[in-house]
Amino acid sequence: MLKNYIKVAFLVLMRRKFFTFISLFAVSFTLIVLIVVSAVFDHVLSPVAPEVNANRTLGIYWGEMKGPESTSNGNPGYGLLDNNARNLPNVELMTIFTEASPAISYIRGQKIVSLMKHTDGEYWQILQFNFLEGSPITTEDEKNANFVAVINKSTKEKFFGKESAVGKFIEADNQNFRIVGVVEDVSQLRYSAYAEMWVPISTKKDPGYKTELLSNCTALLLAKSASDFPSIKAELALRMANFQFPAEFKNEYKNIVCFADTPLEAFSREIFGSTEVNPKSSRLVAIALGLMVLFMLLPAINLININISRILERSSEIGVRKAFGASSWTLVGQFIVENLILTLLGAIIGFIGSILVLQIINHSNFLQYASFQINYRVFFYGILTTIFFSLLSGVYPAWQMSKLNPIEALRGGGLR
Amino acid sequence: MIRLDNIEKVYRTTRVETVALMNVNLEVKEGEFISIMGPSGCGKSTLLNLIGLLDAPTKGQLFINGKEVTSYKDKYLANLRNQEIGFIFQSFHLVNDLSVLDNVEIPLLYRKLSGSQRKQMALKALEHVGLGARVHHFPSQLSGGQQQRVAIARAIVGNPRILLADEPTGNLDSKMGEEVMNLLISLNEVEKTTIVMVTHDKRMAERTKRTVRIFDGRQVS
Repeated sequence: MLKNYIKVAFLVLMRRKFFTFISLFAVSFTLIVLIVVSAVFDHVLSPVAPEVNANRTLGIYWGEMKGPESTSNGNPGYGLLDNNARNLPNVELMTIFTEASPAISYIRGQKIVSLMKHTDGEYWQILQFNFLEGSPITTEDEKNANFVAVINKSTKEKFFGKESAVGKFIEADNQNFRIVGVVEDVSQLRYSAYAEMWVPISTKKDPGYKTELLSNCTALLLAKSASDFPSIKAELALRMANFQFPAEFKNEYKNIVCFADTPLEAFSREIFGSTEVNPKSSRLVAIALGLMVLFMLLPAINLININISRILERSSEIGVRKAFGASSWTLVGQFIVENLILTLLGAIIGFIGSILVLQIINHSNFLQYASFQINYRVFFYGILTTIFFSLLSGVYPAWQMSKLNPIEALRGGGLR
Repeated sequence: MIRLDNIEKVYRTTRVETVALMNVNLEVKEGEFISIMGPSGCGKSTLLNLIGLLDAPTKGQLFINGKEVTSYKDKYLANLRNQEIGFIFQSFHLVNDLSVLDNVEIPLLYRKLSGSQRKQMALKALEHVGLGARVHHFPSQLSGGQQQRVAIARAIVGNPRILLADEPTGNLDSKMGEEVMNLLISLNEVEKTTIVMVTHDKRMAERTKRTVRIFDGRQVS
């Protein structure tokens, strides 16, 4: 029986090639978009190297100062973080580092721009980079302002080709750094880890960074566990509430805020502009899920329409099958099997399409050092959801079909 | 075998009520071959559909093999149609996407049979109607007479005890009509299949054992 259903399903698919194309396109396109979007999300948010500790890490990415007539916001400054975010309860390690900014070097007269981050020793303990050579910058290096640098693989190849780089010197922004380590490239979408060159923050030419309240820094706080997040957030909020502005800011600003967020919360804060200690990241997740469901609902509705048209075309066949002993439920079963086959074909095309699209993005250099992978969990849930919608889109027409009077059906008539 | 007691069929829409059959009483004995005649729209096909359990009467009782079946649910009606009844339609109603063999196998799909059993039975039925060499053809590759013979093979493949034929020769020329009629008579005489045939054609009706005449939804003889 099942073999026969499958045979008929393929015959029906081949009969109306355009309908089949539309149906397969709807299913596979939906899956491709879901998989590609989830691969990007995974790439940004999942706890993979170097951000292996992401599950118990909070970041201070944003701060705001407000006064009667002035508001300033942006990344926090080193001074604010150093004086107010250190020694928070249940925080094992804290790092402060700058955004990656261009640093200029010259090799044989040719200008090379590398993105440089200024970091401390703890940065290399919280983020676990894959070292191809050498070792990270240490707390001592930062304390003593040693002119040492870690570079990524691509930068090493640009400067030194295939030779070992450790122990050699690299000039950046007119400063000479001794290379102590070479790491694997990290994707541009990994905000905290991404750079091409890392040097101790204490080697900055201008020591003024030490007192800045808002600037271009970020702090990562490694908690003992994620359950410590609320107490860390609360203590930071308390410290901000009791913050005393230095004399030069006192007249202009009256209060300051900065928050310890998970990456999702930080993203949510950026979208909704929230200044609550706990931004409603659940709202962001709900909107994302809602959009995903809506996105899948549209092809499902399309499939319902296509299925109804297909049923009307096959009313004579339905009449014959009913006359020769098919019960309404047997026909419902047959129709659902046909629909499942269509969906699974769409899923296979979607899977292959997703691999192709991700490969194209990976090789396009659209995002530096990005390497998107299929999230098989999302693919699995994507297929389950598609099958659910496929059943939904199959059951409704099949239920309508079960009401089809065999005599009307034999006459080629429609639904009652 | 088949008994209809005071059968009435009324089609109702929101505006119109059409009486298709009124007070029909009929008994068809096992092994009989009867024809139902009457002008177009008189209710003969409605009567055949009621006997074939494709439609339900508005009033009255219908007995198949001594059992009153008007109250049966869809699943039981489907099973009864599958086991006891074979249909032959004026316009054949073959599934164009399926081969001749697959078309004939349709009634067997709803029985607990293996693929090889189904194939064997379908081949036997096709041999019976003289189409053993055309099993892999598609309906569009056959003549009208051949298509109707495929439809007859489909109707008899499950060895039903009742065959219901709705103008089986209506779409065929006289020679092919004659061939199909010979086949039906042979089924009735050799296999003892009970046949109820709706026809316009007096000559065909004369070849059956008994003729029931319907006029304006009433049985007149």
